Amino acid sequence: MRLGNNASSRPGPEEKAREQWDHPLQFVFACISYAVGLGNVWRFPYLCQMYGGGSFLVPYLIMLIVEGMPLLYLELAVGQRMRQGSIGAWRTISPYLGGVGVASVVVSFFLGMYYNVVNTWGFWYLFHSFQDPLPWSVCPLNGNRTGYDEECEKASSTQYFWYRKTLNISPSIQESGAVQWEPALCLVLAWMMVYLCILRGPETTGKVAYITALVPYGVLIIYLVRGLTLHGATNGLLYMFTPKVEELANPRAWINAATQVFFSLGLGFGSLIALASYNEPSNNCQRHTIVVSLINSATSIFASVVTFSIYGFKATFNYEDCLNKVILLLTNSFDLEDGFLTASNLEQVKGYLASTYPSKYSEVFPLLENCSLESELDTAVQGTGLAFIVYTEAIKSMDVSQLWSVLYFFMLLLLGVGSMLGNMMGILTPLTDSEVISSHLPKEAISGLLCLVNCAIGLLFTMEAGSYWFDIFNDYAATLSLLLIVLVEAIAVCYVYGLRRFGAELEAMTGRALNWYWKVMWAFVSPLLIISLFLFYLADYILSGTLQYQAWDATQGQLVTKDYPAYALAIIGLLVASSTMCIPLVALGTFVMHQCTKGDGASKA
Amino acid sequence: MLWLLFFLVTVIRAELCQPDAENAFKVRLSIRTALGDKAYVWDTNEEYLFRAMVAFSMRKVPNRETTEISHVLLCNVTQRVSFWFVVTDPSKNHTLPANEVQSAIRMNRNRINNVFFLNDQTLEFLKIPSTLAPPMDPSVPIWIIIFGVIFCIVIVATTLLILSGIRQRRRENKGSSEVDDIEDKLENMDTITNSTRCDSLDMKGGHINDVFMTEDERLTPL
Repeated sequence: MRLGNNASSRPGPEEKAREQWDHPLQFVFACISYAVGLGNVWRFPYLCQMYGGGSFLVPYLIMLIVEGMPLLYLELAVGQRMRQGSIGAWRTISPYLGGVGVASVVVSFFLGMYYNVVNTWGFWYLFHSFQDPLPWSVCPLNGNRTGYDEECEKASSTQYFWYRKTLNISPSIQESGAVQWEPALCLVLAWMMVYLCILRGPETTGKVAYITALVPYGVLIIYLVRGLTLHGATNGLLYMFTPKVEELANPRAWINAATQVFFSLGLGFGSLIALASYNEPSNNCQRHTIVVSLINSATSIFASVVTFSIYGFKATFNYEDCLNKVILLLTNSFDLEDGFLTASNLEQVKGYLASTYPSKYSEVFPLLENCSLESELDTAVQGTGLAFIVYTEAIKSMDVSQLWSVLYFFMLLLLGVGSMLGNMMGILTPLTDSEVISSHLPKEAISGLLCLVNCAIGLLFTMEAGSYWFDIFNDYAATLSLLLIVLVEAIAVCYVYGLRRFGAELEAMTGRALNWYWKVMWAFVSPLLIISLFLFYLADYILSGTLQYQAWDATQGQLVTKDYPAYALAIIGLLVASSTMCIPLVALGTFVMHQCTKGDGASKA
Repeated sequence: MLWLLFFLVTVIRAELCQPDAENAFKVRLSIRTALGDKAYVWDTNEEYLFRAMVAFSMRKVPNRETTEISHVLLCNVTQRVSFWFVVTDPSKNHTLPANEVQSAIRMNRNRINNVFFLNDQTLEFLKIPSTLAPPMDPSVPIWIIIFGVIFCIVIVATTLLILSGIRQRRRENKGSSEVDDIEDKLENMDTITNSTRCDSLDMKGGHINDVFMTEDERLTPL
């Protein structure tokens, strides 16, 4: 019997009012800094480049409207309505579906473990940016100081700094090597920074969100101005944004657009539910949904403009460098006057030389490289390669490179830490909501323990083979599980809890009726999309046979493809299973417990 | 007779300096690349200066202090600008060994570069590798200094936040224990109504059955 409880019931034991954001703007900024992360900077430009430049925006925007916004609204609405973290919220929707929340927490835990390693590398590069010259712009000398280090000569100085000095990477995943103390120190610092920000819950996170949401835009604007004024930037912009309309017919373009929208918004981790649970019940989360998703996409496009202008600069720089090498080679071989050969008369002079000194020219000819601007622009890179190799290569050629380097890595760190905050909130909120844990330990201790455990496991990624494990986690820890989680979420809200009932509660809570558009999307379109994405991923994994990875070969100075060993495949399977199996296991467990209690009740009666 | 001897000498001297001759080195200058508009023209006076620098470098070698400018021979000057040179001994019959010349040039490379306003890349001595300048290596790497600073700031900030949280909680506990005392007094006075005060209920002790609640809500439609 519940005395004195009114119709807007608050399921869950809450003897004191739930903490709230100081201002609704803090919630919006927290969502933005969570959603706008490294993926906007290093994945979207790559997809844009691969799938038709400007025309990729068409599938991307369609997927945003059809899949991204509805699912984002769903999660925010669930969080705001249930006012609990993911585990409690889904348990309220249906006691058999508490496993969805548990799966979200497990996936968030995996994400937190490996995502902070990127922040570690960001710190490493940031601290090394305060040197003149930048350490990745010159190769170190070899033993007798007559030339440069062999590995550095074969690769480039930026690749050498990344693979040798930062990662000290081993040739394959089997050779784990030892923990590198320098990245380990930076990892500890990264976790301390995260702990500092989540220490007091929404109280501190809300204030930090102002910085992590706004400052990256400032840096991006500065970079935009700098990028557009670089020599050769327009080459990159024109090449990338020229729409290749035939790519619209490629199903991969649509699938990648859907996955990018899905993962970019951070759905399924439970973080959005956690962030929204600290909202006031009357908060207009529909408006916030549209704002956050549009800002997220706009940031992706904005970041692509910056990235492509930097690409253009780098490609033009490399192209001119290549031309200069050819000119030097010809000038030296034929003892032409210094400065006579330029880029404009190169072809003419080559023809002249070929006809006048045919034998000598045929000797030199194999050494002449074919310099092409298109091939330089075509090198599409994503992920850590883009952030730490391509960008640094462009930065080292800019004037006052230390300043640009510091700005860039500071922005990367803010983006990374912002996403970590949302992620950590997704794990902490269910933990602090649970009476069992929060009665024994204060909030600070729970967050401290969580950071400590994550830091200890994260030391694995600082070993010599750590980067390979990072790639495993990045590719497999979250992808399939998230699709399944969000699918179950959509089905749970629409069919288990009841779409009509949820809509009525939302209306009672916020004062606005639920638009028919959201109802149609939640009930039919988005689940269908997710199912098709899920099937595509499964088919892709099955058809490609054994899984492979890119390993760095120090002797050749380039990446080679290798197969994963059996135990790595087992760990991949474990990663996917540990989160997806939570859903059926918890449902089964709850069912069994109910049968037992029903059985007890029947025997007593 | 004299002019025949002179002719022979020049021929021999010419023999000593030839492309790919023994102990000969090729030099290549890229003046326009280095200096752009301020490039000077390479003429015989510049060649004289070059020969002087080479002689100067040789004089620094023990046992070769008597090297004169006339001992340095240049030949095959091209438009590039590139040429070959050899250093002969005082008798002008033999050339000095290549490794002596090489070490002498390497020792004084910087001064030779500076005289011509060029550097190792624009004034090349083929077959004489230049000693590359080692990168500046401070005793404490710079990154550790910056790391240390930021680490200390983070630790201080974290400690402050934790301490203020502990202090706040202690204040709350003290405050709530005072409120409990007042409530006990009120309860003793309150004998008319039998309603329980919500704040004295221990919600943590109870256990709410979510299944029951959802069933309940379904049965009471509006």
